This record gives sequence, structure tokens and C-alpha cells, in this order.
Amino acid sequence: MPDTQPPAIELRGISKAFGPVQANKDINLSVKRGAIHGIIGENGAGKSTLMSILYGFYKADKGEILISGQITHIPDSQAAIAAGIGMVFQHFKLVQNFTVLENVVLGAEDGALLGPSLSKARKELTALAAEYGLDVDPDALIQDIGVGMQQRVEILKALYRQADILILDEPTGVLTPAEADQLFRILGRLKEEGKTIVLITHKLREIMEITDTVSVMRRGEMTATVETATTSPEALAELMVGRKVLLRVEKKPAKVGALVLEVRDLKVTDDKGVQKLRGISFDIRAGEILGLAGVAGNGQSELLEVLGGYQKAKGTIRMNGEEIDLTGRHSDAQSRRARGIAHVPEDRHREGLILEFQAWENMAFGYHNDPKYQKNALMMDNDAIRADTAEKMARFDVRPPNPLLAAKSFSGGNQQKIVLAREIERNPDLLLIGQPTRGVDIGAIEFIHQQIMRLRDEGKAILLVSVELEEIMSLSDRIAVMFDGQIMGERLPEKTDEKELGLLMAGMAGEAA
Amino acid sequence: MDFLTIIQVLDGTIRLAIPLLLACLAGLFSERAGIFDIGLEGKMLMAAFFSAAVAYSSGNAWIGLLAGIAASMALSAIHGIASITFRGNQLISGVAINFLAAGLTVLIAQDWFSQGGRTPQLSGAARFNAIELPGALTRIRDIRDAGPFMQLYSELISGHSILVYLGFLTVPLTWWILFRTRFGLRLRAVGESPEAVDTAGVSVVGLRFAAVAICGILCGIAGAYLATAIQAGFTKDMTANRGYIALAALIFAKWRPWYALYACLLFGLFFAIDNRFQNIEFFGIGLPVQFMQSLPYILTVVILAGFVGRAIPPRAGGEPYVKER
Repeated sequence: MPDTQPPAIELRGISKAFGPVQANKDINLSVKRGAIHGIIGENGAGKSTLMSILYGFYKADKGEILISGQITHIPDSQAAIAAGIGMVFQHFKLVQNFTVLENVVLGAEDGALLGPSLSKARKELTALAAEYGLDVDPDALIQDIGVGMQQRVEILKALYRQADILILDEPTGVLTPAEADQLFRILGRLKEEGKTIVLITHKLREIMEITDTVSVMRRGEMTATVETATTSPEALAELMVGRKVLLRVEKKPAKVGALVLEVRDLKVTDDKGVQKLRGISFDIRAGEILGLAGVAGNGQSELLEVLGGYQKAKGTIRMNGEEIDLTGRHSDAQSRRARGIAHVPEDRHREGLILEFQAWENMAFGYHNDPKYQKNALMMDNDAIRADTAEKMARFDVRPPNPLLAAKSFSGGNQQKIVLAREIERNPDLLLIGQPTRGVDIGAIEFIHQQIMRLRDEGKAILLVSVELEEIMSLSDRIAVMFDGQIMGERLPEKTDEKELGLLMAGMAGEAA
Repeated sequence: MDFLTIIQVLDGTIRLAIPLLLACLAGLFSERAGIFDIGLEGKMLMAAFFSAAVAYSSGNAWIGLLAGIAASMALSAIHGIASITFRGNQLISGVAINFLAAGLTVLIAQDWFSQGGRTPQLSGAARFNAIELPGALTRIRDIRDAGPFMQLYSELISGHSILVYLGFLTVPLTWWILFRTRFGLRLRAVGESPEAVDTAGVSVVGLRFAAVAICGILCGIAGAYLATAIQAGFTKDMTANRGYIALAALIFAKWRPWYALYACLLFGLFFAIDNRFQNIEFFGIGLPVQFMQSLPYILTVVILAGFVGRAIPPRAGGEPYVKER
């Protein structure tokens, strides 16, 4: 009688505030034993906070937690582990220079001496590997294995501690589609074994694919819990944002013009002597979007840095037919801008903005020599910059439209709009845009995608770098896939699918496909 | 340079390396746990004073040692509260401890003993005296006439205080604790990734305080060794920057116990050469005494400037642990 069984997890009236920010407001949630339960919501909706409370990482201000029908007090992670809860955080909590085995054992040792604990864990890992298909080399150092493997170590850590409930926070963010599928198979196996799984994500596709039930969070509140089978991505998106959203951008046929960017045999070696780019060549024409897909860390960042002018490289780049200086005096970002290259960097907190500075100051960065911004030979015209910023903020629907607010006070989506406004409004010939919607809520994603499309339809060349395959597929006119510093192949979005791109992303040349 | 001279220099090396080694291992425990400790110097100095003062009044070097350890641990507690509990800046806390120790020791010494900021000379059981191993020759004349093995045994291996032998034992002991025990695993983890320790259900604060306490104990022994074994009493600023040199040795040793031993012996050798030879002929050029005296410090600068290959410190070192928001 499954219905008479108490739920694996029950949360009653959980509230949590960080200073003035109410991260969780009176949350109620019930998760059935042996189910895969999705929690979906935009960034900052409070999903991670809620799960961190369940794992004892934060203390709730109010409310109670019931595990298998028993009121359970979870003041710290130790208590959560004892209650059979395991958590795989978005940012893995692993010791980089420890082996897999040492990481699994850490905190769950059997005695004061390490030897017996390690040999017991070694046996246990072999058993778990066989049971769930979680193969990992127990003696490999974490820093030497890929993120997919590291995630397995996190799952193994939880299983080694005999977790019955496994919480995964945005587990597919760093995985290739193939690795994500593999993860879902493992989760399926865990479910068959009677484990309860809570999956936190902002990807609608994953929710639809793998969960049994789904809860939607918006602005710290639980807005709905539904059976996955009875809902649709559109309905979930509406619940997440609170209004109707267009999930797909409208794409007119491309009017491709003259050759804008020509990249030939580009090579970059980092200061440790590792080759990051191994001879990259591609073209972008006016009026088209070249989407660059790939798992993070396969050379996309270096490519953007070279094109943006802050990484030296070997090879040739021609912009509008003229060769660009890659190593000398004119290989800086300023010279690139002068050539009509605008850059929306991948990491807006590190490269796109100075968070402590106000919006208008951020709006002037890189364009501070603009004659419009100068009062006289010595002084800048701050009023002019502020006026210009206010105007751009209005056009890009930045909320709140206040140029005097520090960049850090804006939400991720609005920060991105500020950077986008700064770069796009300069009317560049080529726009480099990295991870345009990382950490951006669905409503802003829609707007940002529309802006990129508008620019393309105005006849600009666009290089779009993203780890989100859906984004690449829906925006690009051509798709190039990067792996290990090389372009594995180019595809047309209408003639390929996620599976084929996924294989390319994993380094398998897909000529046969 | 005859064999006996070499042995005598090496003997000096050991004597001078031991306080460095103890301080270096003290720093190793602290930094491996993610707490940078520039206050080794101050802790040693405080321990030196209190061990000498208590040894003098009690007439027992062991009680002096305990007092030294207690004084050093008191400073460790201050550093721990400032940098772990209140998440303050670890460098500033360390510097403050050094200032505090430099001033307080002289002040109290003057108040208690009125000898210009020093303690009275220690003698007899108030000092850690040399232990003569069985069969070792003690008289210089006998040693001079003995064979090389006997010279080696009597001059280099025998004739040190108990703290020297203890000091050497701490090296394998530290290695064993770090790499063979649960405590060591957690200690290393907390210096690399405190969030991994926290999510594994282990107290970050508890581990770090334990590390800082061990650091205090070892600094205490180092200070007591200076004041009650090498010297016979406390003098102003007697640690002579050994705490900083120990930190340099720690970086040189890449935060590993056995390398720490080698690094400290190297520094000890420089000090011993300087002590033994005021002027040295080097390929026919007479090197001035000042050069010899500054050699250990030059080496320190060279090491700190990173000429000895990349030393990767514990990743979370110097960072107070705050749960991410």
C-alpha cells in the first residue's frame, strides 16, 4: 500500500531570510518515497536555499522537517547524513588534491587510523560501482578527473554514507548531453533501488524527461506541485515566471552578407605549456550567428579572449579583410573595439562588470574615450554618461532603471542587460557573446535572445559561445562544436540534433553520422 | 678543514636547526589546516621567556617547558579566536602577536627580575642539559684522539639535550599523523577545502582550533629549547627572527614534514657555518663576516621570491571559512 506510507520528505512552513532578503517563505513540500521529484525555478527563487536547509547547511528561521513521517531536527550536515540525506552540490565539495577514496572516506571514517577505513571503502566502492554502474578509479586524484567523474564521486560519497534520499543541485550544468543521459540512467537505477531523489534544476527538458512530480518555486515561494505527466514545459515556464513566455525565439531566414571575420589556424598555449587552442579556423559573415557549442573548458574561453584582445595567440585573424595584430602593441581590447568588435564576456562578474561600481560607471568601461563622455581635455562629463546610461537602461528594460545603483544590486538578468546595452549600442560589426544567459532568469533570456536576433537581422556578424545546447540550437545559423581546443565539426541546426552534437562535444568525430 | 671540524659544524647545525624545525612543523600544522601563522616568532619568544622564568623559580626545566607551552598556547588561542571565530585577517593577527610578545616579555622580565629585561642565568636542573649517550667520550681531548666513528658518535650523535631528540622524533610523528590518521586526513582537507569538510559533517572550527593548538605546543617547545637548552636564560628578542625563517623553510619544504626537516637542516647549516667561521676564503676571495651572517636571510629571500620552483600552499590558506550565500 504505497499511499499509506509516510512521505520520504515533508517540509512544513519553512522560512529563511538572509538579512532583508526572504529566500524561503512558508514552504510546504512533500516528496514520495522512491520518487524522483523535481524542483524548478529561476535563479534566486530559493531552490538551493531550501535544499541547503534540508541538508543542514543553513538553519531555517521557522518550520519543521519530517523524514519518513518523523519530525527531524537538522542543525548541521552531520544530522542530515544521520537522517539518510545525501546532497550533491552544484559546486562540488571535493578536496582537489585528495584521491577519490580519501574524498569518499572523509568524515565517514571508521576509526582513528586511516588504513582500515580506506580498505573498507575500497571494497564498498567496488560493490557500489557494480550495483549502480558508478565506475571510478579509487586512486585517481580529483584534480585529474573530469567533472562528470567528480560528480560520480559526490554521488558515491552520499551512497557510502547510506543515503536514502539524494538531493542533486543543478547536476547537469557541467555535463555533456551524453554524460547527462548517463547520470539520468544512474538516477533511474537508484530509484529502482527505492532511493528518493530530489532534482533541482532550471532546465525544463530535464524535468519533463526524468521526474515523477515537480514543484515550482518563484521568489522564495512554492507556487505549485504537479505530476510531471500532466504538465507541459510551457505551463511550467509560466508558473516559474508568472506570465506567458516564448520558449523559442522567432527566427527569420538569415540574409547572409560579406565576410566579416576570418580566423585561420589559431593557436594558444597557456603559461603552464598546455595547448588551449590547437589550430582553429572558421569564418563568420554579416547577418549570421555562428554558435560555438562545447562543454566548458574546451578552449571556448581562450578563443573569446583572443578575439576580445586580452590573450596573445599565433595564427591569423582578419576582420573585414584586414589582418588583426595578435601579439604586438595593437593586440589589446581597445584596438579590437576600434575595429568594430564588441564583446559580452562569459563571466560578467569578473570581466563584464565591476560589481562595486555604479551602473553608469560600468556603462562607460571600455568606451571611456568616447568624445561624447568628455567635458574637456582633462575631465569626463559624468552627467553625460549618466544621461546616456539612463537612456540605454530604458531601451534595454533594465530594472530598476537607476544609473546610480551599484552593479551588484541588479539581478543576474539585469546585469547582463547592462553589459549587452553597453556593447550592442556601439553598433559593432561583430559581436562576441559568451554564455549570454548564464544565471539569467527566463524572462530576461527571452529579451536577450530577441536582442541577439535583432542584431543579426540588422546584418551584424555574431559569434555565440554557450554551453547550453538548446540556446545554440535555437539561435545559431551554423553550429561549430569545440572539443579539446579544436573544432570537431560544423553543422546546420536544422540538419542536426542534440545527440549528434553531444557526440562531437565528447570528442567523437561525427563524420559517420 | 679536518674531519672533526666538519663534525663540529654539523653538530652546530643540529643545535641551530631544532628550534627552526619545531617552529616549522608548528607552522605546518597550522597552515595545513588553512590558518596562516606569521606569529610563530611571537609564540616562541613568549615561550622562551616563560620557560626560563618558571624554570628559574622552580628550579626544574620540565616545569619551565610546560609554562612555555602554556604561554605559547595562550597566544595561539588569541590567534584562533581572532582568525577562526571572528574570521579576522590572519596576517594582522599574527603581526599583533609578534608585537605583543616582543613588548610583553621584556616588560614582565624587567618587572620580575630587574635585570634589564632578561631572566637570571639558569643552571643545573633548571636547564635541559646535554645527554651523554652510553660510551660517548665527553672530554675534548679524548674526542680529538679518537677514530672518526667515535668522533661522529660522541660529538654529533651524543651530547644533545632531550629536546633535540624529541625534536627529531616530531618529524616522523607529524608525517604519521598527517598521512595515516583520520585526524590528519581531516586536517589536510580543511586546509584545502573547508566546505568539503563541513558538508561531510565535520566541524571546520573544531579542526582548525586543534591545529592552532598543536602549533602552540610546538612553538612552546621551540621557545623553551632556545631559553633553557641552547642558552641559559631569556634575553630580549632572543628568537632573532627564527619564526620567519621557519616560515620560509615551510614554503621551501612545500608543507611536507620530511622536506621541512631537510630545509631546517640547511638553514641550520648556514647558521652553524656563520658561527664557526668568522671569515671564509672562497676561491681566494675573502668573504666578509657580514656576508656570512646574512647568508641565511639571503637564502630566505631567494626562497620567498620563488626561485625554488612553485610551492602550492594549501588552497584555503588564509581564508576564513564562511558558508557561501
